[in-house]
Order: sequence, then C-alpha cells, then structure tokens
Amino acid sequence: MPKGKANALYPELPKTPTGIQGFDDISGGGLPKGRPTLLCGGAGCGKTILAMEFLVQGARQFNEPGVFMAFEETEGELEKNFSSLGFDIKGLIASKRLHVEHIYVERSEIESTGEYDLDGLFIRIGHAVDSIGAKRIVLDTLESLFAGLPNPLILRAELRRLFRWLKDKGLTAVITAEKGDGTLTRHGLEEYVADCVIMLDHRVSDQVSTRRLRVVKYRGSSHGTNEFPFLIDRRGVSVLPITSLGLKYATTTERVSTGIPRLDSMLGGKGYYVGSSVLVSGTAGTGKTSIASAFVNAACLRREKCLFFSFEESGSQIIRNMRSVGIDLGPWIDKGLLQIHSERPTIFGLEAHLAELHLAIHDFKPKVVVLDPISNLESIGLEADVKAMLTRLIDLLKMNRITGLFTSLTPPGQSLEKTEVGISSVADTWLLLRDIELSGERNRAMYILKSRGMAHSNQVREFVLSDKGIDLVDVYVGSAGVLTGSARASQEAQESVLERQLQFETEQKRLELESKRKLLGSQIAALQARFKSEERAVLHLVKQEKKRQNDIASGRREMARRRQADKYEKRREE
Amino acid sequence: MKAKPLSKLKSSARTKQGVWELRLYVAGQTPKSIAAFANLKKICGEHLEAKYHIEIVDLLKNPHLAAGDQILAIPTLVRKLPPPLRKIIGDLSDTARVLVGLDLRPKS
Repeated sequence: MPKGKANALYPELPKTPTGIQGFDDISGGGLPKGRPTLLCGGAGCGKTILAMEFLVQGARQFNEPGVFMAFEETEGELEKNFSSLGFDIKGLIASKRLHVEHIYVERSEIESTGEYDLDGLFIRIGHAVDSIGAKRIVLDTLESLFAGLPNPLILRAELRRLFRWLKDKGLTAVITAEKGDGTLTRHGLEEYVADCVIMLDHRVSDQVSTRRLRVVKYRGSSHGTNEFPFLIDRRGVSVLPITSLGLKYATTTERVSTGIPRLDSMLGGKGYYVGSSVLVSGTAGTGKTSIASAFVNAACLRREKCLFFSFEESGSQIIRNMRSVGIDLGPWIDKGLLQIHSERPTIFGLEAHLAELHLAIHDFKPKVVVLDPISNLESIGLEADVKAMLTRLIDLLKMNRITGLFTSLTPPGQSLEKTEVGISSVADTWLLLRDIELSGERNRAMYILKSRGMAHSNQVREFVLSDKGIDLVDVYVGSAGVLTGSARASQEAQESVLERQLQFETEQKRLELESKRKLLGSQIAALQARFKSEERAVLHLVKQEKKRQNDIASGRREMARRRQADKYEKRREE
Repeated sequence: MKAKPLSKLKSSARTKQGVWELRLYVAGQTPKSIAAFANLKKICGEHLEAKYHIEIVDLLKNPHLAAGDQILAIPTLVRKLPPPLRKIIGDLSDTARVLVGLDLRPKS
C-alpha cells in the first residue's frame, strides 16, 4: 500500500486505507480521509459487503473503530451474513471496535404532520460514534429514507446537512446507494457526496456474471479509471487490478527440472525458470497432461508443493492415467505435497474460479501450479475475459515466484500456434505438441516454440509415452524426410541391414585380397625354387666346362711337350 | 413551555385501562419541538379528555433512547398505547393528520 507516497511538492490528499485487497492500489491509498464516499451500484453487486469490509479491516488492521448504520438489515442478519466471509461481527462488537445499528423506517407506521428534521438520526449516529470512538462509518443504504419518510424536500436539505456534519466530525464515511436509471444513484445522492464516487457493477454475459468496480470520481487524487473485476470469496472482497499490479515482479535465474531429462537438455540443459509461466499447447491426445504430470512429479521429488487444477478429469482419474506412463502421483498426495482440485469450469464464473485459485494458492503456498487445460475456461467467458483472468493469475504466480504450467488444447483444423485463450504472449516458455500422421499411424512430436531468456533447441523431437515414462527421441531426418514412430524404426532397421550388408561385403573383399596375396606369395616361392635349381645346374655346367677346358689345355701341353713345341706357344699358354 | 419541565408532564396521574400513553421525542428546545408539544397538548385536551399520558424524551440528554423506538425524525410522537404502535413526525401542526395518525379519526 503506497500509504506515505505523498509527493514532497504536492502533498496528496490524506487517505484512509481500506485494507481491502487491491482496492488501495487502484485508489492510490484508500478513501479520502474524513470525507464521505459514495458507493453505488445495482442490487446484489456487493455494496454492503464492501462497506462492511471497510469497517472490519479498519478495526482489524488499522485500529480504527467503525459504525455500521444498517437501514436494510438487522444486526442479527448482518452477523449471520458476514460470518460466512469470516468476519466475526459479534466479536468486534463485543470488543467495542464495531458498532452495528439497525435503523428501521416503515412508511406505513409514520404519519407526517408538518415540518421535521433528522436530528434523531444525527443523535443516533453521534451517540454510536461516541460510544466506541469511531473513525469510520457506513450508512447502508441511506436512500431507504426516501421510501420511509415523507417530504423529499426536507429530506434533501437534511441529507446535505448530514454530509456536512459527517465531514465536520472528521468521519471517513461510506454511503451506499442504489443505482438509478441512467443516474449514479436513484435519488441523486451524488449531488451531496461529491468527493469520491465508486461504482460497482454486476454484469452477466454468456450466463456468467462478473463483478466490477470503478472509481468514477476522486476529488483531489489520481486514481485508476478502469473497471476492475473484483471478487467476493471466503475472505471478503478482493479487487484485482491488472494494470496497477504492473510488471514489477523480481525475476530469478534459478531453474527447475521439467521432469523429462531430454526436455531439460533441450532447454539449455537446466529446465524451466523458477517463477516463469510455461504453456503446453497441442491437439487432443498429444500428451499435454503427461508433460504437466512429469513436471509435478519432479517438483514433488524435490519436496516442493504442487497445486494441480484440473478442469477435465477428477483427481483419481489423473492418478490412474499417469500411472500408465510410469508417473505415480498418489504418494505425493498422501505426503501432502500435492493437491489436485478438480472442477468443471462451468460450475462458476471466471472471477469465482480466479478466487478459488487465489484462495488455494494462498492457503497451500505451492511452488508449482498447473492448470489443465486453460482452454476449457473459454466455455465460461469471452476470450478477452479469460485472457485477462489468466494474466492476473500469472501476475499473482510471478509475484509469489510460483512456476505455472498451463496446458491448452488446440482444436483440430486450427493453426497450431493459436492458443484458444490467446495467452501465448504472456507465456515465457511455450512447448508445442503435435501429432504426425504418417503411413497409417499417429505419432507425437514436440518442439519448443519459444523460451524466453535461455538458449533452447530448435529440434523437433518425437515424444514417446511408455509405461517406463516419458522420453524424447530424435526423429529420423534423412533422405526419406522426417520420420517418426514405426516408420522411423523400420527406416532405422533398414539402414542397419544395409550397413551390415556393406560390412559383410567389405570383409569379403578383404579376405579375397588376402588369399590373392597368399597365392602370389606361394607362386613367388615356387619360381624362386625353380630358379635356384636352374642356377645350380647352370653353375655345375660351368664348372664342368672349366674342368674340361683345363683338361684339354693340360692335354695339349702334354702333347706339345712330347712334340717339342716352341716357346712361343708356351708363352701364349701362360 | 418554558415553565414546564420537559422530561415528564402528566395531565393525568392515573394509569389504568384506556389511558393513552404518548411519547414525544425532541432534541432540545427547538421551535419545532415547542410547537409540537403545544399542538399535542391542545389536541389531547380536545380529543382525549383526561385519559392520556405524555412523556417527553429529550434525545440531547438521553441519546441512547433514540434507538429503542427507531427515532430518526424530530419531533416524533409515538403512540405506545393503545396498540398498535404509531409514529407521527413533524410539528403536529396539521391537526387533521395528527388525528388520523392517532387513529382518532378515520382516514377520509
């Protein structure tokens, strides 16, 4: 609450914080202090509740006692009605922090006989305020006076005096009034209460009603001018200002595993960012819930609390179905780490759903929240409304550093990248699941469409669900195109046969070569042997010849000696 | 008016069956209150003879009494008895309406 946000140069109007969740944000700190505020709206739009919470929170949080002047309900009725919101009216009255007074006006019992004034009312209010030292007051609904008292001229003059008097007493007042036909209030109270006007609305579109709040006027202060949806739940009123929440949440670089190792590695090896929003979209039966369950399972393994909102299946059905893919969520529920909330979207309106989510998140304080599937919410609201609701939810999750995973069903025949509720822009990581129909079978494929702030794989992976769990397999990318499933398997088998064939042939060739080498070797050896024997024969011949020649020569010499040949011959011989 | 105490003024000390019990709520001695009281006395004297009892409650002195009879307007005359309870607001200057309000004369 920007309570002391006052600018040094231009001091802001002093304000009284209401303590109502979200309201002080859009009104810049609360209601104008010491002035009356008009709270107008149609029947059943939550005027009384908002007014009462203003007093209850004032007493509880800011130690400012309050007076509730009820023109329409008795003290007992109010006590009962508000106990369902967790407001202990009786206790607050007993501890003198709240005073409830029923003012009963019945026209048929009253006869007017001349001039009157409302001193009786003034005295009653004054007495009530003094009895507990009240700082806040609610008049609900002052306009009953118009029905109960004659002479509207006197009444108007008296009301003007009343508002003046409330201001003089320094009371921060809330005056409720019924919405008129084309005017803010039926009896024109806005003429008198000009400081701050808040309008409540309760609109039904497509059979679903949404409450909205708007600050019509706030004299001397800036304020959010939009219509803000607000909720009435077990804890009272919460205004949900989308725009004023802003984008102020702190971010982290911490990462958590997706529960699927291969997906982690696709997301830069570490998984999702803590506090990010993950969108898993795909056509029917592509395994969105399984991805969500794997993430939940991984978180529970890390001893982190998870909240699973299912809009399609009951808790036990999810547990049964996930067992078939090897994920057992049952023990986590028993250990108190996992809560599964199953509700049909049509059971109540978007705002009420958001309120349920708020409550459950507030009570359970999970680290991981899963919504499965958000596309079902479309059945109860317009796309823009669902988007607004989810934006608010994501803001809430981010502020609490909760990682959110949303699944979204893409209807067949639509562009795959069209998420029904158009929240893709607020998703940080977007996983797209699709089926690939090929040669008579459907297979699942997954890829990462975007993942802000991290390097991520651009590859299409085949997404295989088996009783051993979830696995991501490389798809076959080759000459025959992208293949998955049994086509991929058969292609792979074919390739391995080819491979083996090739190997066999190579081996064969090698062996042939070997034998050729051996053959050649033996041939060489044989030739060498033949050569050797020939050589020996030749050498022997040569030797014989030499001997023969020697013999001849010595014969000749013998003969010459015997014939007494001359010396010339002898010399030549030597 | 000035001479009389506002808190209790009895025209008849007896309280028995058939006595009218009237209570006039005022807030201090404003002209309207004084006029109302005078008008009331006159009407009672003319139409109820002695069988009435007027109690005046000054809310400035006893503010806590305002809630009991659900008083908003001042002055308010409450007919406590005979039942049913009737309330007449204003300075009681319109005698005819006061008589209607007190059931002393049927609505015309």
